[in-house]
Amino acid sequence: MSWILQNLWLIPVLPLLAAGISALLKRPNRSLAAGLAIGSMGASFLLSCMAFAETLGKHGAASRQFHNFDWFALGDTVVRLGWVLDPLTAAMVVMITFVGSLIFIFSVGYMSHDENFTRFFCFLSLFAAAMLGLIIANNLLLLFMCWELVGLASYLLIGFWFHKPSAAAAAKKAFITTRIGDVFFFLGIVWLYSETGTLLFYTEDHTGCLEQAALAKMVAHTTIGGLAASSAIGLLLFCGAIGKSGQLPLHVWLPDAMEGPTPVSALIHAATMVAAGVFLVARVYPLMELQQAGVSEPIPLTAVTWIGALTAIFGALVAVSQTDIKRILAYSTVSQLGYMMMGLGIGGVAVGMFHLLTHAFFKALLFLGSGSIIHGCHEEQDIRRMGGIKKYMPVTFATYAIGMMALSGVPLVFCGFWSKDEILHAAWLYQPSKIPFFLGLGGAFLTAFYMTRQMCFVFAGKYRGHARESMADSHDSHPAVHEAGHGHAHDPHESPAVMTLPLQILAACTVLLTLVSTPLWPWLPEYLVAQAAHFDAAKLFNAGTLTLLVVSGVVVAGGIGLGWWFYGLLPAEKPDETDPLEQQFPEQFAWSRGKFFVDELYAATFVKWNARLGELCHDLDRRVLDLLVSLVGWATTGCAHVAKLFDEFVVNKLFDAGCTEVRRGAEAASELQSGQIHQYLRSIGLALVLFVFILAVGCNK
Amino acid sequence: MTPLSGYLLVSALLFCIGLAGALTRRNAIMVLIGIELMLNAANLNFIAFWRFSEHPETQTGLMFALFSIAIAAAEAAVGLALIITIYRHFRTANVDKVEEMKG
Repeated sequence: MSWILQNLWLIPVLPLLAAGISALLKRPNRSLAAGLAIGSMGASFLLSCMAFAETLGKHGAASRQFHNFDWFALGDTVVRLGWVLDPLTAAMVVMITFVGSLIFIFSVGYMSHDENFTRFFCFLSLFAAAMLGLIIANNLLLLFMCWELVGLASYLLIGFWFHKPSAAAAAKKAFITTRIGDVFFFLGIVWLYSETGTLLFYTEDHTGCLEQAALAKMVAHTTIGGLAASSAIGLLLFCGAIGKSGQLPLHVWLPDAMEGPTPVSALIHAATMVAAGVFLVARVYPLMELQQAGVSEPIPLTAVTWIGALTAIFGALVAVSQTDIKRILAYSTVSQLGYMMMGLGIGGVAVGMFHLLTHAFFKALLFLGSGSIIHGCHEEQDIRRMGGIKKYMPVTFATYAIGMMALSGVPLVFCGFWSKDEILHAAWLYQPSKIPFFLGLGGAFLTAFYMTRQMCFVFAGKYRGHARESMADSHDSHPAVHEAGHGHAHDPHESPAVMTLPLQILAACTVLLTLVSTPLWPWLPEYLVAQAAHFDAAKLFNAGTLTLLVVSGVVVAGGIGLGWWFYGLLPAEKPDETDPLEQQFPEQFAWSRGKFFVDELYAATFVKWNARLGELCHDLDRRVLDLLVSLVGWATTGCAHVAKLFDEFVVNKLFDAGCTEVRRGAEAASELQSGQIHQYLRSIGLALVLFVFILAVGCNK
Repeated sequence: MTPLSGYLLVSALLFCIGLAGALTRRNAIMVLIGIELMLNAANLNFIAFWRFSEHPETQTGLMFALFSIAIAAAEAAVGLALIITIYRHFRTANVDKVEEMKG
């Protein structure tokens, strides 16, 4: 067993230690907290690289190594935990520690004015530790524990500025929404345990829940509605992934999570939290792809595919009309996560995880870039009040453009293009239906369109941030507004190097990753499923692939072109101008702007029903239960009064009489104790005489 | 040889003298002396009964008397020390005046 496998646990434990230590630090220890967080993340990155090197060159079953240990024993049942090292783990830990380190470094600049700097780094480290633990877990229970820790840390981070009511509400929303998915996830875990008797994924004697024996048992066991146990468990586990990865019915928390500081958005939306759901599906893929008898496709994977495809197009449709720079990116993340799920559902682990990895890089780049823009524009997040920033922030502009092109899928030199193309390619070959393919293609078109719209609003034209200031000037009677507008008197400025350097590194990675991801030499996707990659020109130049490349290239070009035609030709002059798209399609635009009113729908249904139920319970509590409790209380008080009377007039009287008698007796007895030695001696002498007399009389008889 | 009753008479006489002394005297030292007399009367009894027992060759009675004398010596030492302390405290050795332990 290799050294790195033995010590794989260090990867999550180092950031955890950093979190623990910085939790004890005082507020002024800023550099120590940041140093601890970045240092531990860097050390974890080095360890991750060693783990990565360990998995290189191993193919097939040999690529998976694991280490299990006993946690505790209850009677005969031994609960075992462990960690697993396979290409999936290695790729994820390297990606998370690398992107995480850059985000940590960026945060030093972004959070430099915040007084709770130390607390921020404590939470960031905790988040990273939980996420890394989730990745290396070889036990579904351990994975679930880390999963919940990730949820907790994201709650703390989203609500970092908890004095803002919207941030506090967003944190609560994120926590509760993901909890809905987690309940089903936990049910799935319990069911899985009752079916297989273990939660370990892989074991030495091949009895783990993802290995042949357990899987065969589960697929043979038919439960309610003719569903095999494996399918039902797969669906339940996928519910957890829906909540965590912001898939369609439970996506509402993700855009609201933008209330957190921007590095948090980058950490949550790019590298870690939302990836957890996709990673979970990839981890339990052997269970998901089990095919039960009589059904043509594996049921869980079909659900994954459809939910993913619908989420992909839904997120893109909403992103088209948003005006908050971070919300656009958030909906874009929802959409991209849909792509990943779709990729997992139709193309397997390689396709879905490949897009996850590339997406992590360019989405982190975009979020950090938006953070840099917000920082430079004096905390302005509305893209209508930006514009012309290209000349103020050249580095941010260049890196952001790379991220935007990767996200849109501009052909050939950006990794996003190739990973998205893999998904579309798999969707094209999907037998049961072609609809996911067209949904994906539509999503790609919209992605290109809304990213172009955002770029035009933010970087083209001239700076519109002064508008609010001039408005404030005209209302001199409003000193507070004037004060608030005062910050905008300055032009935007480029961010410091500590913020732009991570941007440049991420941009370079976005381009460099392309080298290992083209169909010519598809090293990365093949590595993820532990297969050797071959340099094969035929893969690229066969008719199907080439046609698809051309089609998606044309679609992307169409999206960018249309975006440019709408927004780039005549850049907006004033912040309150009507959106050009709104002038053309006012009705559809309103639907998109309102996010298809999903939040309102939930507020009118589930939230309202829940509130009703709460009120009902409250009434029940107050009217019925309280009455019962009061009755019991009154009865008790009555009994107490009776007892008190008895106590006072019977027990006390008797007791007092007894006491008086005892005292009198004691007084009489104390007379004997005169202190006169002679008296005592006399008594002794008298007693002696009596004793002798009795003896003499007794003996004579 | 003097009969046993002779010894017992002497011993009883001695005991009565000791008891009378202890009861009538007011001086603590005199009381102590009376007590010593009674103790010695008891010792005399030990020796007499041993001498006239069935196995006078075993030294049990002698040993018992020796122990008793040793204990009496120790007791006298403690008693005298107590009397000195009482005298220092109360400025008197009259036991009737010392009645602190009255109940």
